[in-house]
Amino acid sequence: MSSAPSSITNVTDEWPGWSQIFETLTFQAGFNTNLVIVGTSLLGIAAGIVGVFALLRKRALMSDALSHATLPGIGLAYLTVTALGGSARSLPVLLTGATITGVLGVVCIQLLLRHTRLREDASIGIVLSVFFGVGIVLLSVIQSMQTGTAAGLNRFIYGQTAAMSMSDAVLMGAIAMLAVAATVALLKEFALVCFNDAFATVDGWPVSFIDLLMMALVVLVTVAGLQAVGLILVVAMLIIPAVSARFWTQRLWVLVVLAALIGGASGYCGSVMSALLPRKPAGSVIVLTSGVLFAVSMVCAPQRGVIAMSIRQLRVRLRIAGEHLVEAAYEYELEHDAALQRDILRAVARRRAWPAWLGSVIVWWARQRGLIRGDSGGAIALTDAGRRDGARISRNHYLWEQYLISYADIAPSHVDWSVDQVEHVLSDALIDELEAALRKRGVEIPQFQAVRT
Amino acid sequence: MNEAMHNFLSIDLLPMLAGTLAAVTCGLLGNFLVLRRLSLMGDAISHSVLPGLVMAFLITGMRSPIAMFGGAAIAGVVTVVLVELVKKLGRVEPGAAMGVVFSVLFALGVLLIERAAARQVDLDADCVLHGQLETLFWFPPGDWGQLFSFTTLSEVPRQVVTLIVMTIAAVVFVALLFKELRIAAFDPALATTLGYNAGMLHYLLMIFVAAATVASFEAVGSILVIAMLVCPAATARLLTDRLRSQIVCSVVVAGVSGIGGYVAATALPAAFGLEAVNAAGMMTVVAALLLVIAIVFAPQRGIIARRLHQRRLGRTVALDDMLAALYRLEEAGTESVDKAQLATLQRGHKADHALDQARKQLLVASVSGAIQLTEAGRAAARQIIRRHRQWERYLVDQAGFAADHVHEPAEQLEHINSAAVQRNLAAATKQASVDPHGRPVPNNNGDDDPESATH
Repeated sequence: MSSAPSSITNVTDEWPGWSQIFETLTFQAGFNTNLVIVGTSLLGIAAGIVGVFALLRKRALMSDALSHATLPGIGLAYLTVTALGGSARSLPVLLTGATITGVLGVVCIQLLLRHTRLREDASIGIVLSVFFGVGIVLLSVIQSMQTGTAAGLNRFIYGQTAAMSMSDAVLMGAIAMLAVAATVALLKEFALVCFNDAFATVDGWPVSFIDLLMMALVVLVTVAGLQAVGLILVVAMLIIPAVSARFWTQRLWVLVVLAALIGGASGYCGSVMSALLPRKPAGSVIVLTSGVLFAVSMVCAPQRGVIAMSIRQLRVRLRIAGEHLVEAAYEYELEHDAALQRDILRAVARRRAWPAWLGSVIVWWARQRGLIRGDSGGAIALTDAGRRDGARISRNHYLWEQYLISYADIAPSHVDWSVDQVEHVLSDALIDELEAALRKRGVEIPQFQAVRT
Repeated sequence: MNEAMHNFLSIDLLPMLAGTLAAVTCGLLGNFLVLRRLSLMGDAISHSVLPGLVMAFLITGMRSPIAMFGGAAIAGVVTVVLVELVKKLGRVEPGAAMGVVFSVLFALGVLLIERAAARQVDLDADCVLHGQLETLFWFPPGDWGQLFSFTTLSEVPRQVVTLIVMTIAAVVFVALLFKELRIAAFDPALATTLGYNAGMLHYLLMIFVAAATVASFEAVGSILVIAMLVCPAATARLLTDRLRSQIVCSVVVAGVSGIGGYVAATALPAAFGLEAVNAAGMMTVVAALLLVIAIVFAPQRGIIARRLHQRRLGRTVALDDMLAALYRLEEAGTESVDKAQLATLQRGHKADHALDQARKQLLVASVSGAIQLTEAGRAAARQIIRRHRQWERYLVDQAGFAADHVHEPAEQLEHINSAAVQRNLAAATKQASVDPHGRPVPNNNGDDDPESATH
């Protein structure tokens, strides 16, 4: 394949035909292209899996610093090899240099954390920018040497699968598979250290060694991904699949599998796109694909997704409002021995700051549950079930109020509002405890009649 | 005006000025980021202004500075809002949330650049990263008199003018809102209760960071922005504990990095007959060197200062322990020891040095090899033993230690030599005259209280 363009601006893309798109998608576009696509997909899978542990160890941005710190290594390796008269385009040599300075960067972060008062964010920012700055200086030195091959180093910044040779793709795929194999083999140990490293230490596991292995895998994937995704965006390949997968599950192995799938899919899409539009930086496409998957996960996931959480929250709010209505009706009935009249209901709504539409929704909710029935003249009459509920809530309210007054020293005139929020979430066990605590203080607990007398 | 001067003015002055101004602006704003542990927010914003810039280009179709600032400010705020959203709604850890947001936005920016390129808008992702200081060029007038005339100054490249305006804006921002920024940096909750809107201030700061990024990016690139947002503030943080001096210090460090970096990038390679290297990159290197110097040599927090302090402390402890050992021997009836015996008593310490020190301070005297306490040495030792036994008393009576477990902690605590601790300790132990093992606690006056020995 041709060498990378010197700048990614001199581009005029033309969309390929449908047949070409189909061929590329289904691995019929030639051996070389297929190799790149497979390699990048494998890399996506490996990054997804390794990223899970980086995320669980809260090392998302540490990986960012690591990837930025590879640039001076690439420059140094290039300069060294050129000075020795070797072929500076040899990928393994450049990647070795990248690994060395990448690791050095991580070590520097640790040193800064240990020997200065600087926090993690500042340490990461320092290492990231300084190493990258050194890299830029080295690149400008290389450019000024005018050996003609220097421009190719840019591909490590933005990623360019189109510039990959066959052996490059094989190397990347091999590293990715190695990372996957190592993670699968050590899944149990990694999980242990991620979730409870103190226990792992006590249990005799070599925690720092396992931790080091996890970090080494991150280094491996980062270095392998440099050429495909570029060092600015390789961090996204590590963390986005893991963060997205986290929305869907609480189980580690499901998390790992999902992250692998998301990473693999992103890698596949990115490299296909890059094969079709040779000068599209594959890194951007890969990251945007996983970004879309992230957005979908964050919005749609069944338990932790935004939609699911909003629905849950709405339900709870509606239930609380409905319970307030039932409570008000119960107390009114107790006092006046009559159904809650419409104007009283309006007063309740005003006190709760319910807009008119919400008031009707709440009445609808309570009727749906069989707690109230519409009386003649628009009054709210409780059913037996509603009366039971009202008695329960009213009693909870009383218990918590008394507890706050007798135990938390809150003035009786100040308790009502805070109790309004708590009375709906008291569990049975907590109520038993409250009763016991109040009896100990000698507080009388009156009967809350559930049956109309 | 001679030719060298003219060359300097036309070739070197503006890049150096631009780099230094960018460094100073970012260094100034960075103080508040570092204090609020938001250093990486600067990193995130400087990556994610890219799509904002490109959008502004694509919409307006030109490189107008106002559109650029608008686009970047919007992108900056969008970044902050998105990070907050992902953090809160998605319950994602802050670092990961930042990583997700800025990498996706940056990727979007890189792709958008292609659209821009297809429409012949001149934008280059490389230039965004490492800048094009070298392209800043100026045609200064032939003599000094016209240097500050209107026509000359109006020919100063737009990037430099933008940076000058930005620097002034940042200085005014920090000067006007210094009090509010300070409170918000150290205690956002307090700021809110005092009636400052800490959230608004946060967004305002982020907008300034975004604006500084844009103002800098054409000239120096975003990598210098990230470095200058963190390094000078971090350096200053190691040198001082006061915010005012930290800010002054960081601005000086940033300025030195800017000028020094430029010189190092141009003059240094030229001295070896090489071509100039990337100046923005070199500025980050100089900033890093200054940081390393601060880490090693800072007067109180530097590695050397801390090592020296530790060594002094170690020597004091060794001396204290030696005096205490001699005192205990005297108590047991041994008036003097020889050097070998002393060495075995000084577990883990370098006995020689402590002995030299003690001799020099006339705390011990050795008469033909027999070492014994002098009067002054005995008084000093009494204080140490007094502290030791009072601590033992305190640990048993007040902290619930068993009597046979207090020697080791007291061995450490006895070296705390503070009048206030001393007073409180004496009060807490009710001036007890014996330690938990029944040995007398020496009193403060120096004369042995015969009563205490009998208890």
